[in-house]
Amino acid sequence: MIGDALQRVGRVALFLGRILAQCPAAIARPRAIVHQIHNAGARSLIIIMLSGLFVGMVLGLQGYDLLRRFGSESALGVAAALGLLRELGPVVTALLFAGRAGTALASEIGLMRATDQLTAMEMMAVDPVRRVVVPRFLGGVIALPLLVAIFDVVGLFGAQLIGVGVMGVDRGAFWSQTQAAVELRDVAEGLMKSFCFGIACSLVAVYEGFHAEPTAEGVGLATTRTVVVSSVLTLLIDYLLTAAFLGR
Amino acid sequence: MKPQRNLEVSTGLFVALGFAALIFLTTQLPNSGLRIGSEQGYRITAKFDNVGDLKVGSAVSMAGVTVGRVEAIAFDPEDFRARVTLRIDRRFDRIPEDSDASIQTQGLLGGKYVGIAAGGSDVALKDGGRIEFTQSAIVLESLVNKFFANFASKGSTSSEEK
Repeated sequence: MIGDALQRVGRVALFLGRILAQCPAAIARPRAIVHQIHNAGARSLIIIMLSGLFVGMVLGLQGYDLLRRFGSESALGVAAALGLLRELGPVVTALLFAGRAGTALASEIGLMRATDQLTAMEMMAVDPVRRVVVPRFLGGVIALPLLVAIFDVVGLFGAQLIGVGVMGVDRGAFWSQTQAAVELRDVAEGLMKSFCFGIACSLVAVYEGFHAEPTAEGVGLATTRTVVVSSVLTLLIDYLLTAAFLGR
Repeated sequence: MKPQRNLEVSTGLFVALGFAALIFLTTQLPNSGLRIGSEQGYRITAKFDNVGDLKVGSAVSMAGVTVGRVEAIAFDPEDFRARVTLRIDRRFDRIPEDSDASIQTQGLLGGKYVGIAAGGSDVALKDGGRIEFTQSAIVLESLVNKFFANFASKGSTSSEEK
């Protein structure tokens, strides 16, 4: 049992090594990466912006209700901004990303495996890792931090919409307290997290797809596993990184 | 050719949007970041013995209404006090020159802000003017210390009397 788990981790790590070794060759073909940024990023834009807006609005409501008890409603901007930048932005975006882009990647590559396209490439002496896997991996790694930044900004405006527009917090206090409390380090932490999540989610998706059983059931299983594994991995990495950042 | 171009344009749009969001987060949000576009208004200064945790960007308010922002906080090596530069909105250009400024706290544990109480003079503060009468931030710890010191000395004298 433990041996199986170790073997799995080892295989994923070796696969990551193979991907990284092929990265320079893939960067020489930026067209394919652009295509994958489009698939992973541009197509997830609507769902990310909508979710960001709603998460921000909920933060506005909950934060206001909580802070009002201490008579410091004007700190709503700080609460929303730090919550979004440090936690909610990267984590929620990564979870949505796993569901929206990760599954698409896994099923696409899995279907290529099931229909012997990957084997055909190997027969033509084309490395499927370089040709299929690496552009998708890099596309995901580049797209996720950008999606997180968009999520943060939209969420912040959602919180402002509720806090200032509905609850009547002073707009000046909202922004000036936010600007006084947020440091560049908070932004950097969020980006670092989203970069790690991007690597984890993309790697899981391409790995599961690439190693899917070449059957309809296998592809379905690989897709399901992608969501489960990336979500759990995202939350685990999030805990570790948060502990590391706060333990300074 | 056409679908390829569409794809590239929408990807470019996405990347541009992402970087715009990144730039907003890094420059507009943190206080240390760059400020695009200067605020309008006039500056006045005030010296405080202790500014507590007043921050650049904190509100300046009169009668509870925000009239400006703290623009800079510096230490004056001449008289060992803090020199706070306030930027006041141009609409509020009739603040009497004998007004007094105090550092106050929003709510029980909220951030600090500068409160200005209007004086009675007919002469208004102008750009570069200075508020002479100031009251420092109340530092909660020293207040508590004072209270306990007072309490302890009273307690010891009363026990001696017995």
